[in-house]
Amino acid sequence: MSMNTVWLKSDEAGAVPALQDVIGHLDGAEGAVVLDFSGVLRIDTRALGAMEQLAGRADQNGSKVELRGVNVGVYKVLKLTGLAHRFSFRT
Amino acid sequence: MTERVPSLAELSEDRVAYLEGLVSRARAAAAVFSQYTQEDVDRIVKPMVVAGMEQARYLARLAFEETKLGVMEDKAIKNMVATEFVYNYVKDKRTVGQIREFPDRNLAEVAEPIGVLFSLTPITNPTATVLFKCIMAIKTRNAVIFSPHPRAFRCCAEAVRIMYEAAVKHGAPEGVFTCLESPTLPDNAYLMRHKHIGLIDATGGPGVVKAAYSSGKPALGVGPGNTPVYLEKTADLDMAVVDILTSKTFDNGTICASEQTVVIDDEVYDLVLRKFADLDAHICNEKEAELLGRTVIDPETGFARPMAIGQKATTIAGAIGLPVKASTRLLIAPIHGVGREHPLSVEKLFPLLAVYRARSVDEALKMCIDVNHAGGIGHTAVVFSRDDEVIRKFSEVINAGRIIVNSPGSVGAIGGVYNDMVPTFSFGCGTGGGNSTTDNVNVYHYLNIKRVARRTQMHTWFRIPNQIYFNRNAVENLGQFPSRCTIIVTSPVLEQIGHVDIARRHIPPLTHIHVLVIPDAEPELKVVMQGLEALRFYKADQIVALGGGSVIDAAKIMRLKYEAPEADIDELGAPFLDIRKRIAEYPAEKSNRARLIAISTTSGTGSEVTPFAVLIDKDRGRKITLADYSLSPDVAIVDPQFVMSMPKGLTADTGIDCLTHALEAGVSVYASPYTDSHAMQAIRMVFKFLPIAYEHPDNEEARSMMHNAACIAALAFSNASVGVNHALAHALGARFGVAHGRANALMLPHVIAYNASVPSKFMPSPHQRAYVAHKKYAMVADLLRLGGDTIAEKVDRLVAAIEELLDRLAIPRSIAGLGISKEEFERAVPELAEIAFDDPSWRPTNPRMPLMSELVDLLWKAYAGRRQANGAAPSQQPAAKDGLAYVDEYSLAQK
Repeated sequence: MSMNTVWLKSDEAGAVPALQDVIGHLDGAEGAVVLDFSGVLRIDTRALGAMEQLAGRADQNGSKVELRGVNVGVYKVLKLTGLAHRFSFRT
Repeated sequence: MTERVPSLAELSEDRVAYLEGLVSRARAAAAVFSQYTQEDVDRIVKPMVVAGMEQARYLARLAFEETKLGVMEDKAIKNMVATEFVYNYVKDKRTVGQIREFPDRNLAEVAEPIGVLFSLTPITNPTATVLFKCIMAIKTRNAVIFSPHPRAFRCCAEAVRIMYEAAVKHGAPEGVFTCLESPTLPDNAYLMRHKHIGLIDATGGPGVVKAAYSSGKPALGVGPGNTPVYLEKTADLDMAVVDILTSKTFDNGTICASEQTVVIDDEVYDLVLRKFADLDAHICNEKEAELLGRTVIDPETGFARPMAIGQKATTIAGAIGLPVKASTRLLIAPIHGVGREHPLSVEKLFPLLAVYRARSVDEALKMCIDVNHAGGIGHTAVVFSRDDEVIRKFSEVINAGRIIVNSPGSVGAIGGVYNDMVPTFSFGCGTGGGNSTTDNVNVYHYLNIKRVARRTQMHTWFRIPNQIYFNRNAVENLGQFPSRCTIIVTSPVLEQIGHVDIARRHIPPLTHIHVLVIPDAEPELKVVMQGLEALRFYKADQIVALGGGSVIDAAKIMRLKYEAPEADIDELGAPFLDIRKRIAEYPAEKSNRARLIAISTTSGTGSEVTPFAVLIDKDRGRKITLADYSLSPDVAIVDPQFVMSMPKGLTADTGIDCLTHALEAGVSVYASPYTDSHAMQAIRMVFKFLPIAYEHPDNEEARSMMHNAACIAALAFSNASVGVNHALAHALGARFGVAHGRANALMLPHVIAYNASVPSKFMPSPHQRAYVAHKKYAMVADLLRLGGDTIAEKVDRLVAAIEELLDRLAIPRSIAGLGISKEEFERAVPELAEIAFDDPSWRPTNPRMPLMSELVDLLWKAYAGRRQANGAAPSQQPAAKDGLAYVDEYSLAQK
């Protein structure tokens, strides 16, 4: 099982391209994808949309997406939108 | 009229997908919004307000052209109020994070957004309501899906667009506002029940409001009113007429808070109508009023016809063939009652005002109540008067969320213009209007407000009498208290053996002294009343209570009744859980004053310094326990010469009572370092001097030390209270007549083992910061140098030491040993447990909250007698070498 670790940039604008990049690579990936959110202070609606897309693509591929270092504010956003259960989390 | 319930089946799959898309987008926006700070939010709100102000007239024109209701210029003003005035109110309000703090109550309020709101807006105030709700939503970090009235859709959609663009431009999440395209009733029904809609905010007609409240969702539903106005004869009539005219014609009367029926005092009725007429109101005659009643009001529904709503007075008059001047701006029609026979008594959202001539204030108020109850409960009412009593009465009898005084109803109710109410475009009508609030709906209704309740730092106290004199000849201090007339309350024996004479000798000369001899038993009410009569007869200014606990208790209650004759002993003796929150209020006002000096003649109760007194009510077969620091004697005299002749049995019983006071105060939930120092010192003195005083009654040092120990222990339990041991002892005393000290002795070893065990139920009290009772007992064992390595061993050794002390004092060691048969005891146990449970002694101070079954178990243990040392304490943790370690641990637990 291969594991891809992706670093997300800390600014909100940078998070969307990074997520889209992950989505692009997900088709060829096997196993788990790890996204390091420790540099992400907030997410906006576009990033949220990209994450929903990512979760959907991972479901299709049978891949797991693990989020690391998600701050509590972002975690709450994922809970409020019902996305949290589609990812696994590690501090 | 039957309301049509919209069916969700009427929605196509595409429409459902569309609605789901709206919710999903709003939900994402609300979630993202949850990350915003107060500063982020405030940066967005201000430009929205500016945009609203800039577009106020534009939106007003759109609204007027689309709805054909009202007055364009007035709608522009409403849009400005909805932005500028609302902003003025919210700009400095905290709506994110901690929004309020109450430091003295250790409370804070923290805002939690609701999420997605579904907002229905009315035809009468379309754009102003949208502007208002958008500002509130952004200020509170919520997303909104708007569903405008279908006949006001375009103007509302434009208002939403303007607000949305301003908000997103300044950082609001995309999708924060959306407006339903071509909204339908099934759309509304679908969204009202959607699981991701947090709150429905429905402003509109009764159907909309009812649908919102029927949806099962939290809702703010604000519907119609029927504003009564009382124009009372003392009012400034010119101002009243202008205000009513201004209000009722504002936007052609479309604001639901506008005046509907003006009830005018007979004395000024004609004058008021002339003043209205002078300002271009048309005063209808009876025939014209009848014409209006059957044309503008639908006789089937009883409500105003839509064709009239928001129209000019002249337009309405022209439509029904009522000849009026072209300058007429208000129609005024007399009515003679309220109800279907008086059609004009209902809400009329157009410039038609009903008037009623009232022959008295009483009639006027009743008429206003009738109007209020004819569809206007909870909404708005207006009174014009200079008589505060009339205004007070009006506000008491009229059920309205807004009672507007001497100002226009519609603009007054909006708030912020004529008064300091919160600016709003949503009027809560309370339960009378089927609403959840009577407030002017504002930002706080768009928030879940979380209360952060920090643990109360209970202040505690250490209250003792002002003066305590102790050691031999302390009684001489009586000489320093001047008195005109002193009553000495005492018992027959003490008078016989000369104790009264000793006290009398030291009372200053020229004092009138009267001796009141009462039985040496727990005082009865009739004894107290006899004493009271004596105090009143002699107009005493000082009471010297010379005796044991019963005499001193009697004197305390005599003084209470003497100083405050209205004091109701029954009420003051009512049960309580927390002395600071109890129902009873001890009298603060006193009609007489008498100093109370207590000289104790036993070494146990400590009544000379305590704030307690027990009274027997023989007629009703019960004890009344009074507890209040106002009962404490002013002066306590602890002179051992009065206890030198105490019999051995009494010495033993009272000595164990003293020990029980100290031990229970020591492990009390209310214990503090102040009470601990007294409790521990008293315990040490009892163990050292009680056996000597018992075995060598003439040993003055031992007698003196035991006398002091009793007082010191009482200082501890006066402030930390006692516990289960006393509750059980009181029950045994009441049921079997066991002397109090002896009853305490029977229970003491078992209660220590019980309290030292891990509680099955902790006492819920903020004073209890940790379970330390077992450690406190171990600390006592260390102070007494009883040895032991673990806490359990130390507790066992303390129990053993107490057993040994009891043996030495020849105190019976079991209830069975008192000659009470097992059968009799078995019959009595349930009642004993109930009496003990109801006893105030243990609440809320005992370290374990006793269950009834545990009280029963303790009683049976005491019946059987001597406790077997079996490691009752719960902890086997190694103990430190000396007791100070426990003190530190305890101190830490209290921090």
